[in-house]
Amino acid sequence: MDYLAILQILDSTIRLATPLLLACLAGLYSERAGIFDIGLEGKMLAAAFFSAAVAYTSGNAWVGMMAGIGASLVLSAVHGIASITFRGNQLISGVAINFLAAGLTVVVSQSWFAQGGRTPQLSGDGRFNPIVWPGAVERTRDIMQADPGQQLYSELISGHTSLVYIALLIVPLTWWVLFRTRFGLRLRAVGENPAAVDTAGVSVVGLRFAAVAIAGVLCGIAGAYLATALQAGFTKDMTAGRGYIALAALIFAKWRPWYALGATMLFGFLQAVALRPDMIEGTLGWDVQIQLLDALPYILTVIILAGFVGKAIPPRAGGEPYVKER
Amino acid sequence: MQKMPAWAEVVLVPLISLILAALISAIVILAIGENPWTALKLMVDGALGSTYGWGYTLYYATNFVFTGLAVAVAYHARLFNIGGEGQAALGGLGVALVCLYIPWPHWSLALIGATAGAAIAGAAWAAIPAFLQAKRGSHIVITTIMFNFIAAAFLNYLLVGPLKPTGSMDPATAGFPQTTFLPTFQDMFSFGETVLFRGTPANVTFFVAVAACVLVWLIIWRTRLGYEIRAFGHSQPAARYAGIGPTWIIMITMLMSGGLAGLMAINNVMGEAERLILNSVEGAGFIGIAVALMGRSHPFGVLLAAILFGFLYQGGAELAFWTTIPRELIVVIQALVILFTGALDNMVRMPLEAIFGRLSRPPKPDRRSAQSEPSA
Repeated sequence: MDYLAILQILDSTIRLATPLLLACLAGLYSERAGIFDIGLEGKMLAAAFFSAAVAYTSGNAWVGMMAGIGASLVLSAVHGIASITFRGNQLISGVAINFLAAGLTVVVSQSWFAQGGRTPQLSGDGRFNPIVWPGAVERTRDIMQADPGQQLYSELISGHTSLVYIALLIVPLTWWVLFRTRFGLRLRAVGENPAAVDTAGVSVVGLRFAAVAIAGVLCGIAGAYLATALQAGFTKDMTAGRGYIALAALIFAKWRPWYALGATMLFGFLQAVALRPDMIEGTLGWDVQIQLLDALPYILTVIILAGFVGKAIPPRAGGEPYVKER
Repeated sequence: MQKMPAWAEVVLVPLISLILAALISAIVILAIGENPWTALKLMVDGALGSTYGWGYTLYYATNFVFTGLAVAVAYHARLFNIGGEGQAALGGLGVALVCLYIPWPHWSLALIGATAGAAIAGAAWAAIPAFLQAKRGSHIVITTIMFNFIAAAFLNYLLVGPLKPTGSMDPATAGFPQTTFLPTFQDMFSFGETVLFRGTPANVTFFVAVAACVLVWLIIWRTRLGYEIRAFGHSQPAARYAGIGPTWIIMITMLMSGGLAGLMAINNVMGEAERLILNSVEGAGFIGIAVALMGRSHPFGVLLAAILFGFLYQGGAELAFWTTIPRELIVVIQALVILFTGALDNMVRMPLEAIFGRLSRPPKPDRRSAQSEPSA
């Protein structure tokens, strides 16, 4: 396997890891505040559909993304009302949201576009297009002839959509918010010991709703990325379990932002490799089952969860509704 | 606050949740430009208007009874088994191995063998998450989700590789031998000229499902084990103090749960497809969650809820056939049922409790004393 091929794999790693990263960070905010969120998948899916639909009708990918974020926020609100206001079971609420999105996206897209549960193909400004950095070459032939440094720059660093760079910037931002601001401290505290936060006179309900809303925004961006950047339009069930992989990555990352970047890049890499079976065979000399690569993120997460390789300890108050004592 | 009477808890809360779900579904149907009343009539006609409709409704219901019982049993120990999908898929593998590699002389013996194969395979798939929950404290919801995906990848591998007959392009096992074919309702209930349930997949497994309901009821409410499971579910510290071992309860409950989910395979794999195909479970494992919530984790409630969902499934297929409403509307209804009966339970319960609390309070002599009464 040559240098350029490795670069190509890493390039598609970044592209495939971006939605995982955004969803993983969404889960991170929510779960750090003590709200389990297995509805990441559903929120992403809803956002993917509405962003593609609105991007198609408006011809503007950014407007589409706003619609996607809106749709995701509506589902976040449902999750918040169910699990914070009415103190329902957060896991069941998440399951319901996933099905709600899976069903509604197809029903609505069939009604709007009548194309068997997909949106029309997006083109031009309806999609997020790659940003070519100054000095980078674009044509395949030019890249082939360039020197290694230029190849790295043109293939791997330049040429992603703006959402990829935004997602990467959200990682340090999340770290800063969680560990360097008052809001972050309170957010983490509310996931560990909500009673203490309440005693300090800070609203547990308010903080948790804020966390769930941030998760909604991030899932919205992730969904918009899937439908309007990675692919050109919405297709039925296009999230294909990415919400659950993000959840796995979150556990893998032990609920920390920088680790989340590492975990999602690893899982993105597995997805990228699974797309190129010829390369695996060429490198390792034997045939690796694609299904094994598909299952690997889940198997790794189970091993991590089992505590054989470092212990993953979730926020202490996670999943429990807060009841003010009277 | 006064508690609600039992009938309100068992009947009224699920009923109101169902009505809310139906209302929102009706709004969705209106929003996509169809008439909800016509849609409902189509569904009732298509699913319940003929023995043909019933044949499909009961076939789907049989699947949902098993996956619903699986979720319900685990729920009694406050374990949320979301892995019914994977366990049912593995159950399919168990059934396929039993039917393909053992020469059965008669379907009745094959049914017993397949039941054992399905239950063992399903239970085995639930055993690892159960063990990890009991011994390592890994959250069972997350591990069972992961195991759904691992099961899907595993079956995908088997069906495009080792289990596929040579020369076949289909990702499926070979067809089962004729001696393992289960009698369908058409075989059982047609007399002479009158053919009932013509061509429908409902089969003898329905009675296995009913038997499973009775068995689960007996185990949960009439045995020492069932008592221990429920005690563990109500309060883990109290159960531990009473000498009930958490590891044992988690393991045995999840094994039962996984086994029940696996049993679904005798209906869809052995009874209907008569071979193991890719993605044979088709989401029935997840519908089990809605069924168990709707049925209040009681076997009789699960049976009723399963028939309701069987009706929705068959009715939804009819809708998709006759109107422009896609089948996925059923997924929306399913989601709403899970939302209202599961997550938003308190939204329905709190006002009801307030109403019943007011009704059952003795009449007050005058206004002033009523006001000074503590409100809680």
